[in-house]
Amino acid sequence: MSQQIAVAADHVIKAFGQGKAQVRALDDVSLDIFQGEFFTLLGPSGCGKTTLLRLIAGFEMPSGGRIMLDGTDVSALPPNKRPVNTVFQSYALFPHLTVADNVGFALKMQGRPASEVAETTGRMLALVKMEAFATRKTAQLSGGQQQRVALARALAPQPKVLLLDEPLSALDLKLRKEMQVELKRLQRETGITFVFVTHDQEEALTMSDRIGVMSAGRLQQVATPRDVYTAPANRFVAGFIGETNFLPVTVTPEGARLGCGAIVPATGQGTLLTVRPEQVLVGAAGTGIAATVENLVYFGTDMHANLRLADGEAVTARIPLPPGGEAQLTSGDVVGLSFTPGAARLIAE
Amino acid sequence: MSRAEDQVTRLSVRNGWLLSAPALVLLVFAASGPLLIVLVYSFLQKGDYGNVEWVFNLDGWVGILFTKDIFDGTYGLADAHLTIFWRSLKLSLMTTAITFALGFPTAWFIATRPPQQRALWLFLITIPFWTNLLIRTFAINEVIRNEGLLNTALIGIGVISEPIRIIYTDTAVFIGMAYVYLPLMVLPLYAAIERFDMKLLEAGYDLYASRMQVLRHVILPIVKPGIVAGSILVFVPSLGAYVTPRVLGGGKNMMIGNFIELQFGQGRNWPLGAALSMTLLVIVMVALLFYVRAANKGANLHG
Repeated sequence: MSQQIAVAADHVIKAFGQGKAQVRALDDVSLDIFQGEFFTLLGPSGCGKTTLLRLIAGFEMPSGGRIMLDGTDVSALPPNKRPVNTVFQSYALFPHLTVADNVGFALKMQGRPASEVAETTGRMLALVKMEAFATRKTAQLSGGQQQRVALARALAPQPKVLLLDEPLSALDLKLRKEMQVELKRLQRETGITFVFVTHDQEEALTMSDRIGVMSAGRLQQVATPRDVYTAPANRFVAGFIGETNFLPVTVTPEGARLGCGAIVPATGQGTLLTVRPEQVLVGAAGTGIAATVENLVYFGTDMHANLRLADGEAVTARIPLPPGGEAQLTSGDVVGLSFTPGAARLIAE
Repeated sequence: MSRAEDQVTRLSVRNGWLLSAPALVLLVFAASGPLLIVLVYSFLQKGDYGNVEWVFNLDGWVGILFTKDIFDGTYGLADAHLTIFWRSLKLSLMTTAITFALGFPTAWFIATRPPQQRALWLFLITIPFWTNLLIRTFAINEVIRNEGLLNTALIGIGVISEPIRIIYTDTAVFIGMAYVYLPLMVLPLYAAIERFDMKLLEAGYDLYASRMQVLRHVILPIVKPGIVAGSILVFVPSLGAYVTPRVLGGGKNMMIGNFIELQFGQGRNWPLGAALSMTLLVIVMVALLFYVRAANKGANLHG
């Protein structure tokens, strides 16, 4: 991946409403998205991720700051003047046109010759494996097929950046998995920069080159999926992506001291210790930190044990089960906890 | 199919017919009955004091396009009739066009208000229907006549020194019909635009269409059923308009409706009136056929 910047948000602010009712959907967001990157904006609904996408597309104008595409300021350009295309959450296919005419729409609007429109349309339909449906009306297609047509339509004019606004949220689980693979393939084959918006953390982790985690109109962390998961920047990121145990600690020269008095080695800075459930090791009583098993939840491949420390803090541990095996635990057992070496991280409160 | 299923299907079919029977009977007698009488009368001989003689005669139909010279009995083309037909057609087409031009932005405006406000705007559109058509037409007369509101105001502020003569011209009829039929255009357009998915606008802009291109290639094709319905609702009654040309066009600027009335009144030529009515019906049918066909063809071209 070259490190050329395709999209840049430069101190972008977007406010809706007037006076006291004013809400800042985006609060001073700065972000660089690289050429050819699969970048995901991840966050709960209302965090501003879709607003940022709409600002890049040109459907909204920033209240402050600039949007740059390929190094040029496009903040004041209307959507039809930006080399960016969108795959809408609802697909927004034109109901009066056939599949082929939908895909060729942008090229036709740009005044390309009919032969080129037909040639590109054919190629795009082949790319999304929808050649057989070229003459159908879009209403006759299933959700997954409409999704493919929407992708082909947005890719046909060969945009510099493709924006995808929760495109998989309307599909059922199986189809969603299929389309995730398909999207990655399309991105590799076309080499186009993808900016993908989702609230699904698993989708973000499996598909992205980098993830921008958003909350309350601000970017919380921009990092690779691995870093976002293993080294969350703050409590929001740690809590939003995957499951995490939070334990208040006081930092001492020997390590982080838990409320129950146990001292554990931890990396990072802050007064909150985070550790993932799969990094909590359950051992025999008398070793490590003493805890009581409150209850056990069976998950098939593993067992979730809800534990209670001496000072009342709750910790969840995920215990892998051998095939056909049983965990040697029952509620009320007293056990000893330890953490996978290097797993415990301190973050700011 | 099982017996029970069969029975239920048969029952629901029977109930369907039974329930629609009153409407069907009414339609058959009330719609086709009078039409049949008109058709029969058009082939009869005219009576001296109106009414008809029960003798088969084609004079009514011939009279649509030709007049018999009183002196030598030869037939000549009836220019006056053709003028009336042409005026009717022209004014109806113009009315349809202007109501669309004015009605489309209006309907768009209403359909894009917040849902709870739309009812109020629609209600305002329907207010003119509360007043009798004749009264409303006289009100227009009051506005545009030589000593009316418009001319008085324009003279008052010194724009003109002589009143503009609008009343009793084709323009007056045109203004009157546009006013009367505008709501009939707005309502079906509104219904179509309200169903229009505004996301498609964004999709259009996103795919490099300019505002005009979005209007032409996205909005108009999708709301076309509303345009077709509105045009029919305006064009058909315009063609047969009676009150508006009578009040605003004076005696001279007749349309087909007034011409037909004339045959049943002072003209005392019922067969001609009947034949003219049938002709109007045929013109409307042919016009609609062409219109709907052209509209569908446009749709097919697009895909």
